[in-house]
Amino acid sequence: MAKAKTWIEPHPGGIYVKPADLWIDPSRPAPRAAVTHGHADHARSGHGAVFATSETLAIMALRYGVDAEASHNQAYGYGDGFERGGVRFSFHPAGHVLGSAQILMEYAGERIVVTGDYKRRVDPTCARFEVVPCDIFITEATFGLPVFRHPPTRDEIAKLIGAVRAEPDRSVLVGAYALGKAQRVIAELRAAGWDAPIYIHGALEKMCALYALHGVDLGELRLVSETDKAAMAGQIVLAPPSALNDRWSRRLPDPVTAMASGWMRVRQRARQRMVELPLVISDHADWDELTATIAEVNPGETWITHGSEDGLLRWCELTQRKARALHLVGRDLEEEEA
Amino acid sequence: MKRFAALIDRLIYTRSRNSKLALIVDYLRHTPDPDRGWAIAALTESLDFPAVKAGTVRALLATRIDEELFRLSRHFVGDTAETAALLWPDAPGTKAELSVAEAVDALAATSRSDAPAVVASLLDQLDADGRYALLKLALGGMRVGVSARLAKQAFAQAFDVPVDDVEELWHAIAPPYAPLFAWGEGRAERPDLADVAFFRPFMLAHPLEEESVDLADYAAEWKWDGIRVQIVHGGGETRIYSRGGEEIGGAFPELVAAFDQDAVIDGELLVRGEVQGGEAASFNALQQRLGRKTVSKKMLADYPAFVRVYDLLALDGDDLRALPWTERRRRLEAFVPRLAASHFDLSQVIDPTDFDDLAKRRAGARDAAIEGVMLKRRDAPYVAGRRAGLWYKWKRDPLTADCVMMYAQRGNGRRASFYSDYTFGCWSDAGELLPVGKAYSGFTDAELKWLDKFVRDNTLNRFGPVREVEKSLVLEVAFDSIHSSKRHKSGLAMRFPRISRIRRDKPAEEADRIATLRGMVT
Repeated sequence: MAKAKTWIEPHPGGIYVKPADLWIDPSRPAPRAAVTHGHADHARSGHGAVFATSETLAIMALRYGVDAEASHNQAYGYGDGFERGGVRFSFHPAGHVLGSAQILMEYAGERIVVTGDYKRRVDPTCARFEVVPCDIFITEATFGLPVFRHPPTRDEIAKLIGAVRAEPDRSVLVGAYALGKAQRVIAELRAAGWDAPIYIHGALEKMCALYALHGVDLGELRLVSETDKAAMAGQIVLAPPSALNDRWSRRLPDPVTAMASGWMRVRQRARQRMVELPLVISDHADWDELTATIAEVNPGETWITHGSEDGLLRWCELTQRKARALHLVGRDLEEEEA
Repeated sequence: MKRFAALIDRLIYTRSRNSKLALIVDYLRHTPDPDRGWAIAALTESLDFPAVKAGTVRALLATRIDEELFRLSRHFVGDTAETAALLWPDAPGTKAELSVAEAVDALAATSRSDAPAVVASLLDQLDADGRYALLKLALGGMRVGVSARLAKQAFAQAFDVPVDDVEELWHAIAPPYAPLFAWGEGRAERPDLADVAFFRPFMLAHPLEEESVDLADYAAEWKWDGIRVQIVHGGGETRIYSRGGEEIGGAFPELVAAFDQDAVIDGELLVRGEVQGGEAASFNALQQRLGRKTVSKKMLADYPAFVRVYDLLALDGDDLRALPWTERRRRLEAFVPRLAASHFDLSQVIDPTDFDDLAKRRAGARDAAIEGVMLKRRDAPYVAGRRAGLWYKWKRDPLTADCVMMYAQRGNGRRASFYSDYTFGCWSDAGELLPVGKAYSGFTDAELKWLDKFVRDNTLNRFGPVREVEKSLVLEVAFDSIHSSKRHKSGLAMRFPRISRIRRDKPAEEADRIATLRGMVT
């Protein structure tokens, strides 16, 4: 068996796969980049060639102007992949957002999985996480502290619907990240039987359309900018978190400010965002999911990319698992997106 | 506990005072005794369980979770109770609903050695929100922005009774306030306070905005720069109440001991300053005595307290509040000689020849303890609160306003480690606190140390170098003038604002209103 440390190098700006001369989720332009998913802290513009799932590539085309049709960019389905420099790369569902993938690399008898960001629970907008056995498991740790236990999503959605019904003269404005969270909240609302039109900020429009194009049914969406203020009373409105306390929200009827994020678990975090209705809905694995996943994958070694590394490292130590923190930089989007 | 936990949760996320009020009103109306009484006592920090401390909870957690993981979590969350509530493992099985009263009974009955087991069994009966509510109830530090004043208002509103009556009864009845609720709901007579040293709500003054008043109708007194107190003797005990109705007798034992008459007086608590030849010292000196639970002999000697009396509310069992000021004053003058001269003196009436003369005397007043002039309508009874046209306060220049500290920022240079720049606000008509200015001077080094500690102990949020603090500290801000400004949401900007005093004695709700400041705009 090859020694992983000889063919894969964690750098602050990403993970470098030496035999393939390729970076995974590089934070700076690279000649060749394999990308786990479309969030800006993992997917950047300016790479020479991009290797990703077809959904991720479509998202990168929409958000960062990457030319998805260009021949040097390669799109793959789940389970598919490519070989380069003797390394076999393949993409496997990560359950984080549409198109999100874990990247499995096989080289000289050794298997390494980079999870990117992931979650374990069911999400109607993307394929569910699959356990991929490996020797080295490179995991995120956004919620790598035992205080983070996301409650069942349907309870949070019920809370949201309850809040709208409680105050029919007001709208409920949900801050939800434009890629993934917004579409998931909409899809979960639909699953819970909320079939009224859902009103959205202009910044969500294109991504919702992209999801619909990929077969995620979001029901009827209307733009806030094209709707009378009064018509949005008793309705649900979605906007990116940055618009919550912005002047933009003045066009809504006395909105109740809600926010869908795993950080909402901590009261002072929610207060800090001036949130009145915190919804603990996250696209990242919570503590129980992180630890259960490591136990299930049961790798020889766990590398932790970003988040609360210390907490997860400590858990690995307590359960006598070999682990190390990689201290990747630029993975700070989680503040907004988690 | 579910309803109580939900109430706390809503209060945490509700910023407007009126919305908070509505939440409490709803809770009081729809929650049975004694839970609602315990709940309101918990919200106003009126409960204490000596056997249960933060250390108890930390030690208990150590039996369930790795200490390092607890430490990391505590560091992230920033609050022991919340960390513990989130970390405590959900006990398996369905849970019977634990009432607030059951929790209070269990916490009150436990000994220090049994406390961990008692707290553990309570935690096992609750979900994460319930655990948070329980731990806040047990440890205090609720920080949901509910003052005693707000709670009393909520009670008055919930049961449609006069808030003045609630003010009187509140401090005379112990949690869970069953007789108070019975009276509020019309199930019982108003509780009888004949044998209780109860608090009478203060009569308050409006700032003088008129050009002048007719001195035939108004008497003038000096406005003293101390803290307003009410001393009540009744039911065999003496109590000293501050503005918000808090009992502060513990900090001034010499006054409690010296007040031996069956009476209720209203006056200004001051300390005698040596430099002033035994006259009242500045407010700064008085501050040394405030906020203490026990007082050393040295404190008593260095900062001797006395009360300058200006009203008499009850004497020998008779309530005098309905009498006109002239009559109360006559009785007061006859009464004060019955008190020990070492600790009580009479606030003198100023006898100006006309209003211009009064203005001159006010401007020329040199006494450090004089804050301005009070004008009291001669035929006015003593009524609770601020009634138009009865009492006026006419403060000495510069302009001052009582503001509430909202944010603090670290200073520069020598003050780099201190939170020394303060943003403060006043109340809007909607009951929201809006920033009106920022100040970073006017306090002594000792006061800066105290303010810095206040900021650290009362931080709600951190935004880089700025901390948002609990909106509970009143700062008296002096400023040269105030102007309209588009830069601030309040629409006001102060010129040369500085902290003139820290008003630890004043409840945040009684800070000035934006409208009052707007009236000072030049």
